[in-house]
Amino acid sequence: MADQDQIADELAGFALFADLSTPQLEGIVHAFEEAWFQDGERVLRQGMTGSGLYLILDGQASIRVDGEERARLSRGEFFGEVSILLGEPPVADVVAVGTLRCLVLAGPAVEKFLHDHPALMYRMLQASARRLRNANRWRS
Amino acid sequence: MAELTERPFPPGDYPLVVVGSGPGGLQVSSALGGLGIRHALLSADEQPGGMFRRWPFFQRLLSWTKPYAPVARATRAYERYDWNSLIPESDEHRAVMVGLMDGTSYFPSRPEMQAGLEAFTSRTNLKVRFGCRWTGTSRLDDGRFILETTDGEYTAGTLVIAVGVAEPWRPTSPGMELAAHYADTQPVETYADKRIFIVGKQNSGFELASGMLPWAKRIIIASPSPARLSVNTHSLVGIRARYLQPYEDHVLGGGVAILDAGIERIEPGSPGDAPFRVVTRRSSDSVEMAFDVDAVIAATGFVAPLLDLPDLGVATFGQSRLPAQTPFWESATMPGVFFAGTIGQGSGGLKKHGIPSNSGAVQGARYNARVLARHIATTRFGVKLERPTLAPASVVEFLLDELTQGPELWHQRAYLGRVLSLDPDDGIRDEGILPLAWFVDAGGPDAVAATLETDGTGAVYPVIYLRRGGSVSEHALEAHPLLDYRTASARSALASILAPVLGGSSIPLASS
Repeated sequence: MADQDQIADELAGFALFADLSTPQLEGIVHAFEEAWFQDGERVLRQGMTGSGLYLILDGQASIRVDGEERARLSRGEFFGEVSILLGEPPVADVVAVGTLRCLVLAGPAVEKFLHDHPALMYRMLQASARRLRNANRWRS
Repeated sequence: MAELTERPFPPGDYPLVVVGSGPGGLQVSSALGGLGIRHALLSADEQPGGMFRRWPFFQRLLSWTKPYAPVARATRAYERYDWNSLIPESDEHRAVMVGLMDGTSYFPSRPEMQAGLEAFTSRTNLKVRFGCRWTGTSRLDDGRFILETTDGEYTAGTLVIAVGVAEPWRPTSPGMELAAHYADTQPVETYADKRIFIVGKQNSGFELASGMLPWAKRIIIASPSPARLSVNTHSLVGIRARYLQPYEDHVLGGGVAILDAGIERIEPGSPGDAPFRVVTRRSSDSVEMAFDVDAVIAATGFVAPLLDLPDLGVATFGQSRLPAQTPFWESATMPGVFFAGTIGQGSGGLKKHGIPSNSGAVQGARYNARVLARHIATTRFGVKLERPTLAPASVVEFLLDELTQGPELWHQRAYLGRVLSLDPDDGIRDEGILPLAWFVDAGGPDAVAATLETDGTGAVYPVIYLRRGGSVSEHALEAHPLLDYRTASARSALASILAPVLGGSSIPLASS
């Protein structure tokens, strides 16, 4: 269990939040909710509407398409943004590997959140570009 | 002494012990009793009611009981309009709150709610061992639990903890101990002609601000993120309409200021001027602002008072220190320990579109408790539940009736579902109300679950989850302005959704 000040300190160490001030980080922690998943629990469900943006605080998440693992994410990484940006259900299951603790922002709140934090949006775009590059390498 | 010996449930060995006599404990005990599960119900209090014996501070609830509604009282459908009565095992004790309210508001007063919980307890003949405080927990080698109480030791293989999210919590900012907690707010006259600083933008903070509007000279409400309003989220997320007056006063410049700022520190003020100085830092631009005030109140929430359960292995998470739970409200890390009442919020469900369940309120938790009682009865006590058979031709109408009138689906949207199993050899059976997250994730034989959902736009629409060959598909139906889904188009849409699982059966589908 961490209180919100501790979580704000944790966020300060993540690349995604590197450009934000402490008061901004505190605001983000208040806007997000903390969620906890046990090993094997589904966080996002392939093909099912109504997801959110997740940021991993502790643990690992497996990205699985039709049951096959495609990637594994860990502390400081995020997921769920693709389905929100495109307004489509997730194309993969995201499953907790061991205990997984996340911050969650509800899908309908993501657009305003990103507009309010353009520096964070840029960092997220960089991360997405990296993922795209790696995916293309994998294909070639 | 005679009176003492008449107290029910003396210390000893029980199959199951329920702790807490708020709505959660009472509802789960009532439902367990209806299923014939012997158990002890213990409470540290002297009367039933839980947190409603004390709060809300300004003595009126946020949840309504409408005396006049589109459906008849004392029916199951009426529960949609009566958020506060517990659900009895027999129809004669339905809608207990209606007869206890004085008609001045459809939000019951706190004393009316307390009276309702007391009336439910006495009318349904619930037995509670009052004045028996749970003080500690341990485990025997055989896996059973030992509950230490002020009356002695109880042993049980199954525990249901329903002690509320009731322990005041405040953040760790320097000087926060100088603030009074919401739980320690003084009589409102105390704040006459005073400058009040309220930390926190939840309903509790706005409740205090609303009540203090006729008294306080200035009210400042602050927390790092902006206030969310239920009228904007189109859900129960955010500040409820009843408490919006301070927000309007802020917008119109009426002596209320609502700030998006973190609390840097609280320090003693200057003598003769103000007892407290609150130093804040604005979230948007980090500008420091200091406020000299007469009182600081931390409306920063509560945590679950789980005593030593975390030491025993019950994992908790989040600011409210809720236990991590399975979809059936069992500790995710300590099987055999279940939770009822507001603590059940720790079983988050699907939270589709970010909208949480109503498990933190009576109107949601009462259904969780009934589902929990059935789950415990079947999985831990070998009870066989009735599973009525449905003719294939009646399925569409049955589900549309439930979607239009079923109170469980209405109050626990995208959280509880009406489940029908579709076994070709066993026929179509009504499995009752079950957690939707369990239905979607647990796998299993072919089945259908119906629920209501909302996506934050204000629309409420049915969603059908079809489990076929082990995988689950999601099918939304159209919303309806009067929430009546018994329409020709809904019949047709539902029939075509169900066709793959019912269409091949020997009995044809309902004609649409």
